[in-house]
Amino acid sequence: MKNKIYPNVDAAVADVSDGASLMFGGFGGAGFPNELIRAVGRKGSRNLFAISNNCGTGEGELSVLFKNKQIRRVIAAFPGPQSTYFQQQVESGEVEYELVPQGILCERMRAHGAGIPAFYSPVGVGTEVAQGKEERAINGRRCILESALGADFALIRALKADPLGNLIYRKAARNFNPVMATAATITIVEVNEIVPVGALDPETIVTPSVFVHRIVEVGGAHDA
Amino acid sequence: MTLERKLSREQIAERAAQELPDGAYVNLGWGIPNLIAAYVPENAGVIFHSENGILGMGPRARAGEEDYDLVDAMKAPVTILPGGAYFSQVDAHMMTRGGHLDVAVLGGLQVSERGDLANWKVPGAKFSGGIGGAMDIAVGSRRLIVTMEHITKNGEPKIVKICTYPLTALQCVTTIVTDLAVIDVTPNGLQLREVAPGVSVEEVQRVTGPKLSVASRVPEMRLRAK
Repeated sequence: MKNKIYPNVDAAVADVSDGASLMFGGFGGAGFPNELIRAVGRKGSRNLFAISNNCGTGEGELSVLFKNKQIRRVIAAFPGPQSTYFQQQVESGEVEYELVPQGILCERMRAHGAGIPAFYSPVGVGTEVAQGKEERAINGRRCILESALGADFALIRALKADPLGNLIYRKAARNFNPVMATAATITIVEVNEIVPVGALDPETIVTPSVFVHRIVEVGGAHDA
Repeated sequence: MTLERKLSREQIAERAAQELPDGAYVNLGWGIPNLIAAYVPENAGVIFHSENGILGMGPRARAGEEDYDLVDAMKAPVTILPGGAYFSQVDAHMMTRGGHLDVAVLGGLQVSERGDLANWKVPGAKFSGGIGGAMDIAVGSRRLIVTMEHITKNGEPKIVKICTYPLTALQCVTTIVTDLAVIDVTPNGLQLREVAPGVSVEEVQRVTGPKLSVASRVPEMRLRAK
């Protein structure tokens, strides 16, 4: 069996080089890979391309990397009112960003993971997000062409993994994590707990192991 | 117009709640929409959807019982009701965009005569929180209700001929509930369905951009909230 278990988060992100593209799971304070984010902060990689629903909350979540000025470019759906460092760096021109509708962010990553290079969607027709995109009518409905979105790394958070990388999540902390797992060359997951192979019910596994490449146990408050 | 006759945000929410059919699958957006659930009777069987992966979302969690892995789209700790389900953001937006939700209620900055919605950014503002799920929800909901104050803080109509603010989606709004009126967007333009108690048709028209279609008798809203 290939060993996917890493001893700590620093070892798991050791090859995140300057200029890498990274997806970050999490929504509304839940399901953020905060330990992995801090490890990327310690590693100090620069000029990163971040794909994330939001862009930091106060000092937490992605703010860690914006504060260090490690992120150069962003695709996000909702940077959020508390994304202070991100906003400052957008204003100073240090960070460039593209805003996308949240469901389209999901679907672009899903398309990449599913081997679909692009797709047509009615979301954003006639709005700012349609600028520069091909438009055509499909069955009489105006649609725009959206491209698939992949990344070098996905940093995600789950509740439990087995050593193969099968994952289950907890409540609404699932959010973007499963789709990001499918859309990156290397998916790194931090989990509360690693359980033995066979301990997770195959009927309830949310992310099958094929999508997961590195696992780090980081602990956490919840059992199930 | 005297302030007393305008509805409070809670009253707008109460009136909007009356639009939700029994058993409907419903997404509620930020702002006034977030107040609506409190006015939906428990036995109506309305099932609330949250874009971060919850169906059967219940009320806010009680103090001391918060679970920060169970939050709504506004990050507030909530509960899940029996029969509820968790799923990913992908599935959550399959539900919004794919036309699986019966009703969505969003806040609004402007609504046009033909039902275009602008609700995510004020022109000239240094920063907006972002688009979030609004575009997916607006495009995909079978019925889209917008709740908002009828006019801006500067007294400008928010119901306009053509939206001048950045758009969320074209021709998506079905009904507008404001502090003065309930207005339906129809193929023949805006139809005034109800007025707030004590407010006249003429008063509503005066602060509405496009001409309203008006029946011979326009009933007043029935409300209990203050």
